[in-house]
Amino acid sequence: MNTMQARLILIDGTVYEGNSVGFAGTSSGEVVFNTSMTGYQEILTDPSYAGQLVALTYPLIGNYGVSARDVESSGPKVAGFIVREMSETPSNYASQGSGDDYLTENQIVGIQGIDVRALVLKLRDAGVMLGMITTQHDAPTGLQILKNLPEYDAGTYAREVSTQTAYFWADNARSETIPPRSAKPRVVVLDYGTKYNILRELLERGLEVVVLPCGATKDEIAAHKPDGIMLANGPGDPRSLEAEVEVIRQLMSENPKQPMFGICLGHQLLGRALGGETYKLKFGHRGANHPVKDLTTGKVHITSQNHGYALQADSLPQGVEVTHVNLNDNTVEGLRHLERPVFSVQYHPEASPGPKDNAYLFDRFAELVKAGK
Amino acid sequence: MPKRPDINKVMVIGSGPIVIGQAAEFDYAGTQACASLREEGVSVVLVNSNPATIMTDPETADAVYIEPLTLPFLEQVIAKERPDGLLPSLGGQTGLNLAYQLAEAGILEKYDVELLGTPLDSIKKAEDRDLFKEMMKSIGQPVPESVVCENVEQARKFRDEIGYPLIIRPAYTLGGTGGGIAWNDEHLEQFVKSGLERSLIHQILLERYLNGWKEVEYEVMRDGNDTAITICNMENFDPMGVHTGDSIVVAPSQTLSDKEYQMLRTASLNIIRALGIEGGCNVQLSLDPNSSRYFVIEVNPRVSRSSALASKATGYPIARVSSKIAIGFNLDEIQNAVTKKTLACFEPALDYIVCKIPRWPFDKFGTSDRRVTTQMKATGEVMAIDRSFEGALMKALRSLEVGVTGLRAKGMSALTEMELEQKLRVPTDERLFVIFEALRRGLMVEEVFQITRIDRWFLRRIAKIVELEGRLRGKTIESLTPELLTQAREMGFHDAHIAELTGLDELEIRARRKGFGLVPAYKMVDTCAGEFEAATPYYYSCFERESE
Ligand SMILES: Nc1ncnc2c1ncn2[C@@H]1O[C@H](COP(=O)(O)OP(=O)(O)OP(=O)(O)O)[C@@H](O)[C@H]1O
Ligand SMILES: [Mg+2]
Repeated sequence: MNTMQARLILIDGTVYEGNSVGFAGTSSGEVVFNTSMTGYQEILTDPSYAGQLVALTYPLIGNYGVSARDVESSGPKVAGFIVREMSETPSNYASQGSGDDYLTENQIVGIQGIDVRALVLKLRDAGVMLGMITTQHDAPTGLQILKNLPEYDAGTYAREVSTQTAYFWADNARSETIPPRSAKPRVVVLDYGTKYNILRELLERGLEVVVLPCGATKDEIAAHKPDGIMLANGPGDPRSLEAEVEVIRQLMSENPKQPMFGICLGHQLLGRALGGETYKLKFGHRGANHPVKDLTTGKVHITSQNHGYALQADSLPQGVEVTHVNLNDNTVEGLRHLERPVFSVQYHPEASPGPKDNAYLFDRFAELVKAGK
Repeated sequence: MPKRPDINKVMVIGSGPIVIGQAAEFDYAGTQACASLREEGVSVVLVNSNPATIMTDPETADAVYIEPLTLPFLEQVIAKERPDGLLPSLGGQTGLNLAYQLAEAGILEKYDVELLGTPLDSIKKAEDRDLFKEMMKSIGQPVPESVVCENVEQARKFRDEIGYPLIIRPAYTLGGTGGGIAWNDEHLEQFVKSGLERSLIHQILLERYLNGWKEVEYEVMRDGNDTAITICNMENFDPMGVHTGDSIVVAPSQTLSDKEYQMLRTASLNIIRALGIEGGCNVQLSLDPNSSRYFVIEVNPRVSRSSALASKATGYPIARVSSKIAIGFNLDEIQNAVTKKTLACFEPALDYIVCKIPRWPFDKFGTSDRRVTTQMKATGEVMAIDRSFEGALMKALRSLEVGVTGLRAKGMSALTEMELEQKLRVPTDERLFVIFEALRRGLMVEEVFQITRIDRWFLRRIAKIVELEGRLRGKTIESLTPELLTQAREMGFHDAHIAELTGLDELEIRARRKGFGLVPAYKMVDTCAGEFEAATPYYYSCFERESE
């Protein structure tokens, strides 16, 4: 076991002493927790966690190792990783290495051996806050550094994790050359930090997938003649992405018939483009067990979630309807435009990790795209 | 939908005398169900022949009948009480079989009693091995190659096609009664005969034996609005071939990736939907350790033996919620009894590990056959909760009350190498101790794996315990550093155990440990891994920093 000491310092002055896991060093970010019992590698590589130190509530992590199969982006994107215990002895036929080595290779700073449940209860009661995992600084020095850091909400993480160049998603991999259009409908994904599984789900439904950078202009998007637009998930406060919101607004006014589907940050940006307001949740929703009611069908689905902000229900204009609500706290989980083929959800129908119960939304989108072509 | 106005009186059938495979868990389920129904103003008529049950207390139901659990007696009770509905899914296999027979005999129809929660048709589909296979195929769920036999001839024919090993599984039984694994003709004849005898409908399933595959269970729940959720999944320590009731079981699963977990979860939910069950259901699956192939093994269309474990492991009251669903409520209309703020419509998140170890009666009877196979032999079980697998396992071992503080069962150290290997190969009630002994003698995890096919993850954890045992042995009191004691306590080494290994006085060790501030903390089982405040949680001890 790596016995190098590490500490987690919270900006409120709380200090948790533990051991280093993964890369030795210092990393700061917003401390959040996720209650999923499986899927740590998908979580590590989910770009929506950029800028965050992610604590997993399940105490045994790394049991089944890591595998190239389980990545949701080019590599780990979390700012740091907090676990009770990282398994040194993974066991699964698909495993290609240990979680510890994976973190080290990808220079992810982590800590283990702390009372993660105590940390979770603290965040639940006080709300998420900035923190630092460090093998280098003592508590007073670390705290001083933390106090000089900008707020998490001020960051524009989506622009950092987004692809910087356009690419084509083919056969479960990124291809830099975008082929001319075939007979298949083409979807443009605006990459605010997309998980690969969104791309996989689209591809599986017979759609061509072109991924464009977060900052793509409406003309750059139009140049690909999309039959549908996917607003992807991603990290950070939607209020920090006004330029992106403006592009969505332009896309909608230019082509009112364009099918559009937003997920997570994409949903929040769409909501803002439609005139809604967003706000920060106290400690967010991160896990694989959140019940969401589809108000249009009356059905309840278990969903995979990862978000720290939400749309304010009463801020949405006429003509836009809340379609989904979270049964735990009644927050908005989905919306649709009453006259256009435009809809979005706050949770993750692409799962990975989490339940596959909501893939029907991709079917719905694919149908709209194919119908509009 | 809220409570159905037409259901005002419900009959609950208990599970009768305690037998292997059907013990106190169904009293637990039935009692919870009675309370849950009465909470909604439903009057409960309870029938059970077992006086040593809480459900037969006069306070539990509105009318209690202590009667033989047979059709004539049940019919009399029905004629007298005229209940609106019968809840078949809480009295174990006995309750389910009787409900099925009452329906088939036309008695329910005669007195206009509705079968609640589980449609008659789905009892048939889940219990009749042949119909079950058909239905699985129709919804695209894989089942192992098998054939339904009603005589020895048919069994021989299948043997010629598939070869050995084969497994014999009787229909409409519980705890694997009458079945077994056949490695040769002699076994085959024997088990086919006993299986046919024990089966309610004189039918067995002969099936390819999934040697070395993982055994995993899902407890799932569905309501009348077709919302379906998973309460808990569980993984057997022993690979296929040891009945779940005779296997060490952990919750949640430890060696499944998210892809595997979700694949089996989706399968379980598809199954409960296809069966149309409104209430709880138990799905047993088998997963290939070398690929992501799986097979569906069995479905219990009712609250199962594992439901008690799953309920206590997660804090989710399965029987309570099942009963509410049976009288019309949907999951999003039922409160989460632990948080009191959220709803019963969610999937519990665990932030601890649960370990169940069966308790067998062999020591009482001095029987020579201590093998555990596909026919359940355990008479009880213990469960432990901790933040590490080692901690949960050691705590459960201490709960067994078989005097194993030092993880040494009697006679282990006298075994020859050959005897040891034989004992590793054939699962018995002692196998865990044999594994300890083998690792202690220097056998590698890989060797133990090759013999037992128990997942390396579990074996390596046990090897860690053995390794720490070795490091503690012979330590002086001064050399028990805070680090070493912390590690020992986190891995579940009790002071008495450390005393045994070091030869030191237990009280002296305790004093030193406390001197370092190493005292247990108590954490909550709250269904949600701390995400919401809990109103009526329960607790477990662990070596963490903060108590709640
Ligand atoms: N095809 C198979 N290959 C190997 N082992 C099997 C196979 N099918 C069943 N088993 C083993 O036999 C055990 C008992 O089988 P099964 O669960 O069908 O019996 P049961 O009498 O219905 O038990 P329950 O009490 O769970 O209802 C299983 O737990 C499993 O270990
Ligand atoms: Mg079974």
